[in-house]
Amino acid sequence: MQRVPILKLGDVLIVSIQIDLEDQSVLALQEDLADAVVQHGAKGVIIDITAVEIVDSFIGRMLATIASMCGMLDAQTVVVGMRPAVAITLVELGLSLGGVRTALNLEKGVALLDHIRSATP
Amino acid sequence: MSVHADVARRRIEELLRTHEERIVRRWAEIASAPSEELKELYRALLAALEEGKNDLADVRGLLAELSRSRARAGFAPSDTARAVFGLKEAVYEIVEADTEGVEAARGFVWFSRLIDDLGLFTFETYAEARERIILDQAEQLLELSTPVVKLWEGIVAVPLVGTLDSARTQVVMEKLLQTLVETGAEHAVIDITGVPAVDTQVAQHLLKTVVAARLMGAECVISGIRPQIAHTIVTLGIEFGDIVTKASLADALAHAFKRAGIEVSGGGNARVVIRAERV
Repeated sequence: MQRVPILKLGDVLIVSIQIDLEDQSVLALQEDLADAVVQHGAKGVIIDITAVEIVDSFIGRMLATIASMCGMLDAQTVVVGMRPAVAITLVELGLSLGGVRTALNLEKGVALLDHIRSATP
Repeated sequence: MSVHADVARRRIEELLRTHEERIVRRWAEIASAPSEELKELYRALLAALEEGKNDLADVRGLLAELSRSRARAGFAPSDTARAVFGLKEAVYEIVEADTEGVEAARGFVWFSRLIDDLGLFTFETYAEARERIILDQAEQLLELSTPVVKLWEGIVAVPLVGTLDSARTQVVMEKLLQTLVETGAEHAVIDITGVPAVDTQVAQHLLKTVVAARLMGAECVISGIRPQIAHTIVTLGIEFGDIVTKASLADALAHAFKRAGIEVSGGGNARVVIRAERV
């Protein structure tokens, strides 16, 4: 099973998904991420899905789960780099990912996190 | 095939071979077409008959080519078909002059049916070519009718004109999302001033586009909602939820400016003041 690496940048964790996600790796990622947030005291999590071309409802739900999980640990989650085809698929599946913040790319994702934190000191 | 018919058919083939020169010349006269083209066609026909094939694939290929080139040259499809039918007339003159019994006349009936088939085939080819052109144009129209324009740095707009159906909405959605990725624009305006009617289906399509854009990290505003359309939407009970809708494109642009942290100051000499961009 391939594991998704979690990178730390300041108090932000960056998860860039570059592999075809299996159910097992998704579950492992959720656990690893929760551990990492607690361990580093991260205030923000960025999930980069630029390289993800195919999604199903499971992955859609994973994003929502991670967002609410990190929310409980007081870390804001931003999903960045979603491709048009992926967005259309999620909409067709009826998953609007309510509560998950999104940004067009990593740069804007980082800026969005900064903005959120400056707005809520 | 009965013995009679077989004999008749062979007689016609014989006549076609012996009088090739004359028939082609006469045919060219009747059809008023270059005789080289017809000669090639005639040869192919003879060869196909000799091999006893019934599908006449070579002849059809040549005819299709002829039909296309004539269509491009501006001939009506009936002209092409008439040119093919001209062969009947040319052959009939030979058959009439033939003195060896009724076989040739009998064979002519068979031959005539063959030529009719080929004539109809040119029509089919023409129709096919036309249909392809229409299909291409419909596709081009689809491309043309959905431009995504940049209004400001980071603000794009899609002015929709005409009726929205599923196919078109799909194109609009894909194009808009693609543009968002390419330009990194965070604000999009979908202007439906030119959309004559909004029903539940169209509204559904619009909502999907907005949600998809939101998923990618861009804010989408729907503008250009005319009073009647607002009335229809409310009557139909369509919920736009927390999606921002504006009456005019100008309002939508103002909203996008506000969200992007751009300030427009009015007055005698209107100026645009751009503050440090908030994301």
